[in-house]
Amino acid sequence: MDAHASVGHAELEIPYNVHPRPDTGVYNAKLGIWLFLASEVMLFGALFSSLILLRTGADSWPRGYEMLNVPLATFNTFILIVSSVTVVMAWSQLRLGNLKWGRIYISATILCALIFLVNKGFEYGHEFREHNFPKTNNFFAIYFTLTGLHGLHIIGGVIVFLYFLGPGAKMWAHDPERYTNRIEVVGLYWHFVDLVWIFLFPVLYLM
Amino acid sequence: MALRRQIRVGSQWMYADEAHKALREALRVMEDEKSGEHGGHHLPWIRRYVFSTDHKWIGLQYGFTALLFLLLGFCLMILMRLQLGWPGTAFNVMKVLGESRAPGGVLLPEAYNQLGAMHGTIMIFLGIVPLAVGAFGNYLVPLQIGAPDMAFPKLNMISYWCYAPGGLIMLASFLAPGGTAQSGWTSYPPLSVIASQGQTWWLVGMVFLITSSLLGSVNFIVTIVQLRAKGLSYMRFPFFVHAQFVTSFLLLLAFPPLEAAAVLQLMDRVAGTSFFLPSGLVVSGQALTNAGGGNPLLWQHLFWFLAHPEVYVLILPAMGIVAEIIANGTRKPLWGYKSMVFATVFLGFMSFVVWAHHMFLTGMGTTISAFFQTTTMIISIPSVIILSSLFISLWGGSIRFTTPMLFALAFLPMFGIGGLTGLPLGLAAADIHLHDTYYVIGHFHYVVAPGTIFAMFGGIYYWFPKATGRKLNDFWGRVHFWISFVCINGIFFPMFAQGLAGVSRRLYDGGAQYAHAKQIAAQTNPFMSICAIGLLVAQVPFIINFFYNAIAAALGHRDEKLGSNPWEATTMEWAATTSPPLAHGNFEVMPVVHRGPYEYNVPGEAAEFIPQHMPTAPEPAPRGGTLLPSTAVAMREN
Repeated sequence: MDAHASVGHAELEIPYNVHPRPDTGVYNAKLGIWLFLASEVMLFGALFSSLILLRTGADSWPRGYEMLNVPLATFNTFILIVSSVTVVMAWSQLRLGNLKWGRIYISATILCALIFLVNKGFEYGHEFREHNFPKTNNFFAIYFTLTGLHGLHIIGGVIVFLYFLGPGAKMWAHDPERYTNRIEVVGLYWHFVDLVWIFLFPVLYLM
Repeated sequence: MALRRQIRVGSQWMYADEAHKALREALRVMEDEKSGEHGGHHLPWIRRYVFSTDHKWIGLQYGFTALLFLLLGFCLMILMRLQLGWPGTAFNVMKVLGESRAPGGVLLPEAYNQLGAMHGTIMIFLGIVPLAVGAFGNYLVPLQIGAPDMAFPKLNMISYWCYAPGGLIMLASFLAPGGTAQSGWTSYPPLSVIASQGQTWWLVGMVFLITSSLLGSVNFIVTIVQLRAKGLSYMRFPFFVHAQFVTSFLLLLAFPPLEAAAVLQLMDRVAGTSFFLPSGLVVSGQALTNAGGGNPLLWQHLFWFLAHPEVYVLILPAMGIVAEIIANGTRKPLWGYKSMVFATVFLGFMSFVVWAHHMFLTGMGTTISAFFQTTTMIISIPSVIILSSLFISLWGGSIRFTTPMLFALAFLPMFGIGGLTGLPLGLAAADIHLHDTYYVIGHFHYVVAPGTIFAMFGGIYYWFPKATGRKLNDFWGRVHFWISFVCINGIFFPMFAQGLAGVSRRLYDGGAQYAHAKQIAAQTNPFMSICAIGLLVAQVPFIINFFYNAIAAALGHRDEKLGSNPWEATTMEWAATTSPPLAHGNFEVMPVVHRGPYEYNVPGEAAEFIPQHMPTAPEPAPRGGTLLPSTAVAMREN
């Protein structure tokens, strides 16, 4: 495939690193990210189950819409859905061989993520001013834990996107297909992070 | 001046002394290639030995680290057994724990709890799982499926470098104020939430270990699915690969709930939440100021949702190792290979729906107990299928009683005892009497110690020649086996009697102050402790044998007579590679698979065994000889 294939170079050629294996239909990283997301489903699934168990076992449980800022969270939901679209646009532009527009859409995704985080910061700040901390009660405990963990996933995504926007984009020059794959893989992760929010929003804010 | 003799090399005439020099240089280059300094890629040593991305070296890193942790976990247990055998007696060796834990050499109860918690944690999370999956899986799976490396070599390196700091944090927690974790390896709240700071370190260490196993399991599954050689369909996998495959799924899907639980417990301890703290909790006469409303049972559910599949993470790779050794040592295919494979997959699925059989006595209700009792009885069936198939595989074999075979043969009855004694624990009614007694300790130690650890020893004796080019000494291997076998039974078998007599687990004095337990404790505990010391002594020949040969191999002293396939095996790690395999890409020619994994003594074939990658049965090779595909031989001659 490239110079690295010959014996004697430090980098080892791993089969199906870029092109799909014919009988499985996927390349390695795509299968890898799906497996990783499966484990993430178990992680958030366990936390949602904990929420259900705590809530059903509690004598009284606050209504999310009375405690939290629903309009801001609705706006955040919209922002994340937009970012899901932009990340697909980035991938499709790269598939078409258009690095410039690919990078513009990646930047748009990062921008959406940052808007989301800033809004989240306003929300947290508001709760802290109201003296609502994780230790206040179990509603706020699970609220801060779940949204905090979700926020960490957003921050992780932003870091990866920044890498692909900056130094990671050098790969485009010698292996555009692999670069496109990388955006597809991080895009799958990004969709999952959005999906978690789609569950978090009604469960925490609306119920 | 003497005449310089000329000789002909190929079509050229050369001076003999120059030809000799050139030959020596050629030999040195070949030696370099063998030892991994492959022509051209002189990696700095830090990338070759510390941050290596070669699955074989990472496997060895995992193996060394895990063996050290196993020894450490065992030494903690020796200290506990000294206390149990002769409660309250001063021992000089106990002074290593320091004045605060063992003043004057007498172990304090708090320190006993710390040793117990860390013995379990170290043995399971830092010893056996990294050895079974990290070491054996990493080293062997790519070789057995004919892959040049793991699918994500860098991820593989990061996986080890999450495990190592996780282990160091666990060790460092001994230095935390108030000592290390002391709430058992299960860390049940509310005790663990109000425990001293060491518990926080324990949780942080666990997060590292969970991350490590997550990265590892993704890597294993992708490697097995994507990188298997041409012609290697799933039903041609060596059983070991199936075992690792299912194990990886268990690690992938069962560990995240524990990660969630660890996060919640960290929040409880650090941010003052009350996920696991019920309302109105009073500790040492003082009411806690937490908000309350939490549920301690929630932790148990999340914990056992991991920890029951974890049991199969501990046993499946061991079964895989034993299956490999038994097929090779009996010189015939595994009996019931297909049913073993399907049983393994079924076992994997079922292991997710049996967790609450650890919680029959928590008051969660009889309906739930009945459900989990039923699933527990069902999951015993696939285990029995696998074990029976291995037993029947012995029938009619011409068994070679090599050292690895001895360990594999011992595994069968030992795991049988461990498994069968589990049935009464899985029945809710019988469990009322047996729960939290020494019977439970005896049960799961039979599964994990003379079961899994014996399989690991067998695996080390079996694959040592692959990794080093040298065989471990057979006589000392037998000494190691027989003393270990006798002593380990001497430790664990009396536990069943103790448990049936009602001696609870986790007692600081082994039951000496309880009227119903006093007699049996005095009768059995000193004997068991002596056996534990005997078991420690039995490891000395192994340790010397291991390091003597490992160091000799590292210095380049290989056993040339041994060949690359000393056990005359059919699977690809033996038959298609050199010993040790090429540092770069494992195989000289990527193998193509033509047959099932265990073609020993196939009727109608002249060869005694036919390696998986051979298109046609080869001429019988000299014992211990290398069988390479004809293309590979041609490549070499070029």
